[in-house]
Amino acid sequence: MYAFESYHRPQSLTDAVALLAANPFARPMAGGTDILVRLREGHKDYADIVDIHGLPELEGMSADRGELRIGSGTTFAALMTSSLATRLAPMLIEAAGWVAGPQIRNTATIGGNICNGSACADSAAPLLVLNAHLDLIGPEGQRLIPLRGFHLGPGRVERRPGEILRSVRIKSEQDQGLGTAYVKYSMRQAMDIATIGCGAGVRLRDDQSNGIVDELRLAFTVAAPTPVRCPTAEAAARGLPLSQAVKAVAEALDQDVSPRTSWRAAGDFRMHIIRTLAERMIRTAAKRFASSAANHQEARTC
Amino acid sequence: MLTLSCTINDRPHELTIDPRSSLLDLLRNQGLTSVKQGCGVGECGACTVLVDDTAVNACLYLAAWVHGKRIRTVEGEVRDGCLSPVQQAYVDAGAVQCGFCTPGLIMTTTAFVQSCREQGRDPEDITPEDIRRAHAGNLCRCTGYETIVQAVRQALEQPDPSKMDTESTAP
Amino acid sequence: MSIGQPVTRLDAEAKVTGRARYTEDLLPAGVLSAVYIRGSVAHGRVLDMDLSAALALPGVEAVFTHADVPRLLYAPAGHPFSLDPDHADVADRLLLTGHVRFHGDEIGVVVARDELTAQRAASLVAVSYEELPVLTDPREAMAEEAFAIHPGGNIVKQDGFSVGGDVDALLAQADVVVEGEYQTPVTQHCHMEPVVAHAYMEDMERITVVTSTQIPHICRRVVGQALGLDWSRVRIVKPYVGGGFGAKQDVLLEPMVAFLAWKLGRPVRMALTREESMITRTRHAMRIRGRAGFARDGRLLAMNMDAVSNTGAYASHGHSVVSAGGGKLCSMYPHAAVRFHAATVYTNLPIAGAMRGYGSPQIIFACECLLDEAAKALDMDPLDLRRINAGRPGDVNPRSGKPIETHGLADCLRLGRERFGWDERRAAAQITQAAPEIRRGVGVACFSFNSGVYPVGVEISGIRLTLNQDGCVTLQAGATEIGQGADTVFAQMAAAVLDLPVTSLRVVSTQDTDVTPFDPGAFASRQTYVVGPAVKAASLELRARILNHAALMTGYPASALDLKAGSLVATRQPARVFMSLKELALDAYYHKNRGGQLTAERSVKTRSNAPSFGCTFVEVEVDIPLCRVRVTDMLNVHDCGVVINPITAKGQAQGGMAMAIGWALYEELLVDPRSGRVRNNNLLDYKMPTFLDLPDLDVAFVQTAEPSGGFGNKSLGEPPLLSPAPAIRSAVWNATGVKADFIPLTPKALFPLFRDAGLLEGAR
Repeated sequence: MYAFESYHRPQSLTDAVALLAANPFARPMAGGTDILVRLREGHKDYADIVDIHGLPELEGMSADRGELRIGSGTTFAALMTSSLATRLAPMLIEAAGWVAGPQIRNTATIGGNICNGSACADSAAPLLVLNAHLDLIGPEGQRLIPLRGFHLGPGRVERRPGEILRSVRIKSEQDQGLGTAYVKYSMRQAMDIATIGCGAGVRLRDDQSNGIVDELRLAFTVAAPTPVRCPTAEAAARGLPLSQAVKAVAEALDQDVSPRTSWRAAGDFRMHIIRTLAERMIRTAAKRFASSAANHQEARTC
Repeated sequence: MLTLSCTINDRPHELTIDPRSSLLDLLRNQGLTSVKQGCGVGECGACTVLVDDTAVNACLYLAAWVHGKRIRTVEGEVRDGCLSPVQQAYVDAGAVQCGFCTPGLIMTTTAFVQSCREQGRDPEDITPEDIRRAHAGNLCRCTGYETIVQAVRQALEQPDPSKMDTESTAP
Repeated sequence: MSIGQPVTRLDAEAKVTGRARYTEDLLPAGVLSAVYIRGSVAHGRVLDMDLSAALALPGVEAVFTHADVPRLLYAPAGHPFSLDPDHADVADRLLLTGHVRFHGDEIGVVVARDELTAQRAASLVAVSYEELPVLTDPREAMAEEAFAIHPGGNIVKQDGFSVGGDVDALLAQADVVVEGEYQTPVTQHCHMEPVVAHAYMEDMERITVVTSTQIPHICRRVVGQALGLDWSRVRIVKPYVGGGFGAKQDVLLEPMVAFLAWKLGRPVRMALTREESMITRTRHAMRIRGRAGFARDGRLLAMNMDAVSNTGAYASHGHSVVSAGGGKLCSMYPHAAVRFHAATVYTNLPIAGAMRGYGSPQIIFACECLLDEAAKALDMDPLDLRRINAGRPGDVNPRSGKPIETHGLADCLRLGRERFGWDERRAAAQITQAAPEIRRGVGVACFSFNSGVYPVGVEISGIRLTLNQDGCVTLQAGATEIGQGADTVFAQMAAAVLDLPVTSLRVVSTQDTDVTPFDPGAFASRQTYVVGPAVKAASLELRARILNHAALMTGYPASALDLKAGSLVATRQPARVFMSLKELALDAYYHKNRGGQLTAERSVKTRSNAPSFGCTFVEVEVDIPLCRVRVTDMLNVHDCGVVINPITAKGQAQGGMAMAIGWALYEELLVDPRSGRVRNNNLLDYKMPTFLDLPDLDVAFVQTAEPSGGFGNKSLGEPPLLSPAPAIRSAVWNATGVKADFIPLTPKALFPLFRDAGLLEGAR
């Protein structure tokens, strides 16, 4: 039994928005894998529930001119078995595989993973690298905003009162011209929260993996109070050959991240892991860029 | 109170429940005590059941969500007095010790084997790593997992019961 | 012959169908739920508890505090009772306390119509405290001026022994002396079934407690002691148990639910949450200093060890744990002189109790680390060093003065060297050991263990056999099935003596102290060893009664008759079948003039204690920049005497190895030293290994035939956990050149060591 104070199950998104607007303490709940845990811990902030689980308007995936739209109610398992998502956003699929375990992935939603504001959200690094946008709907209407900037602090996001995240939108990786890679560093290989999560997107100027870095996008979870992109490191890498770029990134990363010391891990250890993962993910992403560029080349010559 | 209809182990049910109930509460109140509470927060998998053939943690799933759905627990896997192939594989592989995690694990395996078949995966292409990844949401403290991996392997290699009839009538 | 056969567990079908009933599956109608009110400081005195809001909550039936419980101090440890008052366990518990000794200590209890109401009411109780100094480090707690957590001071007990020669003189003579100080963490059992119990009364006198316990008969006695009742007024029922690993070798909720049922006259249950279960009992953290002296040729001459064991807020098993660990040192390498001293200390941590291995994992960790130091100093293969020192059959244990009849350690090492490919792997790993990123290393370690508690405690075991009308035999054991497979091996033993198929044995898995023969329960890896003789005795007795009845039926003397494969046959002509056992049974029950129900019950005391032996071989892969160790291959080789059932034996070994990998690499219960609060008492933050964190686990047996075991067998339940951790630590040292004197070897703990060793420069 969960200690709900109030519970409403709207039948439409409009009703859900109205219920949320009417009760400023209420929270939307989709998969429940975060909220129900908090509630059991005795957090009163999670006791007033607007249950949006399974709302048809939040389900499903579609693509429109290379833009992938993922309904916020999409579970991680649904993402991982979607050929559309696998083709258009392989980095997000790679990250989804790191979420908890199979049962949680069968219920936890991408919308919840974004909106709970956690600094360790597994989907955050790939979505930041892929410059995802969020489609929110609220009492004032709809708005489309970049994910970057949505996280305000631990557990806090730029979701206005009454608003519900409807979908996540991502331009396909291929259209963005990136090779990508994601890894979660955690104490266990499953059922764990990230010590550090790292995602990289790389475009090289020629087709060699040791070519010049044309664009680097680098994002971390648990490296700061919110998931972050690394503008300084990204700028430092631009125009450098890969081997120099990774060194430049390692030196510049201090400016972008601020890992804290907690009982889970010390700040200096996290910083070391951040640097190590950055190098590994940039190299992997560059390798993937090169091989997909090579395949592309091959396809054209055939 | 909420009323809902669902099937539990193939039998239709009309239930009136407290909306605060978890699926674990609902099932145990129906006498399905194979659904074990090990942690209450989805960290151990002991309460795994299938909702529309998808494995979920019953402790972290609202009872209200099963309206119109099909629920399977390990009690329903015995048919005509026979163990399911997955249950039999656990017995044969020596994958059972204290047994508290066993019902949840068997349901995870049941969903895994079924999805492998639906995807047409050749059992030989399924690696021990695939099996381990698919079961990583279930903790077991007794076995060290290896006998369970062997049980899953044995279950995968069983003939697909849903195809047996068509195969036997094939020319 | 059913001994040694891969018999399927008797309870396998019950468990795969979900039909096996555990404590929470047996709740009586109308049961109330009780929830503890727990202290929210690590150390303090309760000044006031305001119960008004809790009592006003609809659905709350009662609230009790420390002022309401019997003023009877009791000792919850799951040890057999001792007639020697000097050997009694430390009685330092009350049902509820006004002196909070750890964060979460039990100061009150709420009983309500349902759990949610009880939890809510418990959270409404306002408590004020006089806070006291918080002591989490045993060194601080041992200081003269330290605040006394219990009236007798903070040292529960300290003692030691010195055997086999003059340790100081031998250390002075040694060619090489090595030393070290080793630390092991607080860990938790993580039995999948949480701590649960319920109680009810059917009259005005007697209380029934249904509980997930390893020790029903001990539990009955302790409930009686805690409530001041005659012991037979308490009845303990133990159904299927979802794992214990020692946590349930302790009396936990049983006195409280019995008290509540008694006070309220209604059934009451308690089901601790996972978070509560994880602070109920833990494994002792230890700090162990050791010195060892060796001759140039590798012979271990003497070892000196000094251990401090952190028992937390209450004694529970107290000093027995570290003391038992020290005792195991003497049979592994019996030619060495050993001096051992240990102190057990109270602190403001959750209570440490029994946990698989019972002090031995910690002491063996230190011992085997010292051997690795010596191998390095002597420039020897660590396997050869152990081979040189391993005892042989007939060697005398210097502490007990008794010969070790079966000592398979050297054979285990020999078999393991071959099967694991030690020499080849060691050479192959060496090639990787200058690589910047991924290095490999190998390690080996040995252990010895006992097969019961004798002569420290009594070893008593009871078996009752009943011939049923259909020719099947019902077996009742006081010893408990807790997942390890005890019921199955007992059936195999009886089947072997009675020459029946195992399927003809019906084992009553539930213990009910009203009817079950006496046996203290599952601990000390004792059951197969000490129950064996009782099964044998009872089976022989039943066999004699069956033959006597056959004699009445046939007119032949009993000596001319035999029981073979379920039939009564002529001794000299086994092909000549007189009747089936079923026919005999029907006659015995229903013939109007002869026979009766044929039963046999034997209670047997065991006065021996055979040590078991074994070793672990391990290979690890270390990702240096990520500071991460992965076990890629592990082999345990065991001398547990005759293997009764290869399936359940392998299951015990693999489970122990898995738990040991957790202990070596992942698990530690972390406590905030200021607040005394446990930070990770849940299965997400406490890193018990998942499917993806463990390798395949290889197991081999060297089967000796132990003459004191009923069927040639020795202990196996706890031993698999003993040697993997030092082997892993050794393998990491081998791979990286970095020597850690602690476990767990988590990335965050290895990071400073790798950094200081210069391993992290350049390599990223």
